[in-house]
Amino acid sequence: MSEDTQDAGAQDEGAQDAGAAHTDATGAPSRRALLGWGGAGLALGAVAAGGAVAAVRSGDDQVPAADSGAAVPFHGAHQAGIATAVQDRLHFAAFDVTTKDRAELVALLKEWTRAAERMTAGHAVGDGAYGGLAEAPPDDTGEALGLQPSRLTLTIGFGPSLFAKGRFGLEDRRPDALVDLPGFPGDNLDAARSGGDLCVQACADDPQVAVHAIRNLARIGMGRTAIRWSQLGFGKTSSTTPGAQTPRNMMGFKDGTRNISGSDTAALDEHVWVGGKDRAGWMTGGSYLVARRIRMHIETWDRAPLQEQEDVFGRDKGEGAPVGKAKERDEPFLKAMLPTAHVRLAHPDSNAGATILRRGYSFTDGTDGLGRLDAGLFFLAYQRDTRKGFVPLQRRLAAHDALNEYIQHVGSAHFAVPPGVRDKDDWWGRALFS
Amino acid sequence: MRAVRLSVVTAAATVAALTAVTGCAEKSDGKGDGAVQVVAKDDSCEVSKKKLPAGHVELAVQNKGSKVTEVYVLFPDDRIVAERENIGPGTKATITAEIKAGSYEIACKPGMKGHGIRQKLEISGGSAAKRSPEMDKAVAAYRTYVQDQADATLPKAKLFTDAVAAGDIEAAKKVYAESRLGWERTEPVAESFGDIDPKVDVRADGLEDGQKWTGWHRLEKALWQDKKLGAEEKALAPTLQKDLLDWQKRVGTAEITPTSMANGAKELLDEVATGKVTGEEERYSHTDLIDFKANVEGAEKSYELLKPIASKNDAALSATLDKRFAELNNLLDTYRKDKTSYEFTSYEKVGKADRKDLSDAVNALAEPLSRLAAAVTK
Repeated sequence: MSEDTQDAGAQDEGAQDAGAAHTDATGAPSRRALLGWGGAGLALGAVAAGGAVAAVRSGDDQVPAADSGAAVPFHGAHQAGIATAVQDRLHFAAFDVTTKDRAELVALLKEWTRAAERMTAGHAVGDGAYGGLAEAPPDDTGEALGLQPSRLTLTIGFGPSLFAKGRFGLEDRRPDALVDLPGFPGDNLDAARSGGDLCVQACADDPQVAVHAIRNLARIGMGRTAIRWSQLGFGKTSSTTPGAQTPRNMMGFKDGTRNISGSDTAALDEHVWVGGKDRAGWMTGGSYLVARRIRMHIETWDRAPLQEQEDVFGRDKGEGAPVGKAKERDEPFLKAMLPTAHVRLAHPDSNAGATILRRGYSFTDGTDGLGRLDAGLFFLAYQRDTRKGFVPLQRRLAAHDALNEYIQHVGSAHFAVPPGVRDKDDWWGRALFS
Repeated sequence: MRAVRLSVVTAAATVAALTAVTGCAEKSDGKGDGAVQVVAKDDSCEVSKKKLPAGHVELAVQNKGSKVTEVYVLFPDDRIVAERENIGPGTKATITAEIKAGSYEIACKPGMKGHGIRQKLEISGGSAAKRSPEMDKAVAAYRTYVQDQADATLPKAKLFTDAVAAGDIEAAKKVYAESRLGWERTEPVAESFGDIDPKVDVRADGLEDGQKWTGWHRLEKALWQDKKLGAEEKALAPTLQKDLLDWQKRVGTAEITPTSMANGAKELLDEVATGKVTGEEERYSHTDLIDFKANVEGAEKSYELLKPIASKNDAALSATLDKRFAELNNLLDTYRKDKTSYEFTSYEKVGKADRKDLSDAVNALAEPLSRLAAAVTK
């Protein structure tokens, strides 16, 4: 994209001084200005944040997400970070809302939205990380200075507990699809790694950019929210770009080959985006997110014979081709696989067409005190209705999957992910709270 | 264990050398041309001159009263420029100091107690940076608070150290936590001296190579973990008392500014966030919640005194702080018998989830509190 195009885009958004490139209104440099991207960090003037925290400015200028490092547009009908091409890194955080005051919660969501607009565009939060009052801590924590936007996306979700009676008057607005997930056989859920009133999924190609975003949102939220649990992820285990090879999970296998493509709007409308006819009107354009922390018994897996490993998945380890086929993307012949094979059980054909969009990441959180890697898959699945997506699928897998010998679900959460933020006056959750 | 952040935003006067008495031989008789005659009586403090040029200032003090007295030269915020204690009835003393231009006070304290009898002293010449009277008022009130806390601590600490010296484990355990309240309330000021904290409040893991472990926590370990008081522990009791006496005498000279008060309040919460919510501070006695409460009380005092200034500059911030202090105090109240008692639940009985709630409440307060200094200096 040329500078001319960028300037034109900015003028469309009402920028007055499109020539003033490198700093925003307070003189705090943006991350991209530091990179010397002329014309990028336009001063668009201050926007009141509607709360106690200093005003944040919106300086989002459109850069295509095609090249890694660029910015993914924050505004749109759907939230970025779902159908968006999967980035390399994840920092996911679930929050408890600690305030009892609905107005405070709304103010927080507005402040978060403004901060998210800035960070996803590659700008520092508020007045930046330096150059402010010597006696006050800086608005931005600073560790992303000098880094590219790195395709950062921030995606918010609302957990069932937020809709509980007597909390924020939302009990009548809880969507039917936001069910309390049933207990599945084999689950060993840790309450301290499960649930949450809110979640934010930060995906980026640079882990520091993702961590920076969660850290700043957590800080802005203090007193109104507190982090309940969080998860770092380092290797995407599925992609929404079918042209690319499916990445491997920690077991060394390709899994989720038949993921929904981010460009397949028909499939997204059918399986991922909540439609206008679905009951909770405020969720139109949104989706439902299931997050599961799946611990892998890495050491025992590594002692399993190759044949067993391939039988468990129903694919070969080298190419990733389904049993009896040559290429990864060849149509699987399910009956050639063992009845307990993972691919056979997870396939839409075995589940009355149930299809989910996967965005999981591998994790390794050190060791567990018994000398075993605390590693596995942080499973993230988006769907139009969890009752028709994850729940029947997991019922089948939990009951029959041969993989169960080597994995255990240890954390679980479910969130209603609202539609996208349309423009600079809109905010995360407006349709729910209005 | 952290030095308080000292700001240069302070009265434009340097601390005079208290040792100057011996360094000014030519005027040591107290009758030099420039000397200010101070006549101290039981109910008066007469000063011969109230306006002087900046530079070397000498006070010639005569105690014509019946009580032992002390005389101070004070900054507008009550920090000590120079002082002389133990001036007996009928005796004379000399106080010297290098003083920059500005407004000062001379205070005589018959009986060596209280606020003293005050006289103004104007020093002219040069340029004096002015601080607003309301800031001076806040600092002076905080200095009084800090001194009061130290004064109140000494007798309580003595109960503790006497019990230790006598080998009475039960009596010592009973007064241990309470003997620390005043210290914990004003810790950033005490830590600003650098040398006292490592003697009285160091934990085993804070010791430097070759440093002898003394102070409260050394005795805490003896009482709760070793469950015995040997000759070595008994000998540490008077050392603690002596070190605390040193603190009590020096708090008046601490450099305190509105911003150091604000940041000191935040630092007290930092102490809670890093040492108390983890249970590291009182690892043997598990009296962490008492320290916790004292830290919060000290932070709240700083805030209350700065609030008139802060609320003018940032009303939203002070509203948030009022709310968060109340929330944290309410939460702490659920861990004690009643609102006047300092008997708190033993921290080993506070579960993981409850510790997280406490931690969240501390973060909720400390985050806006970190913006108090900016609101004061605006």
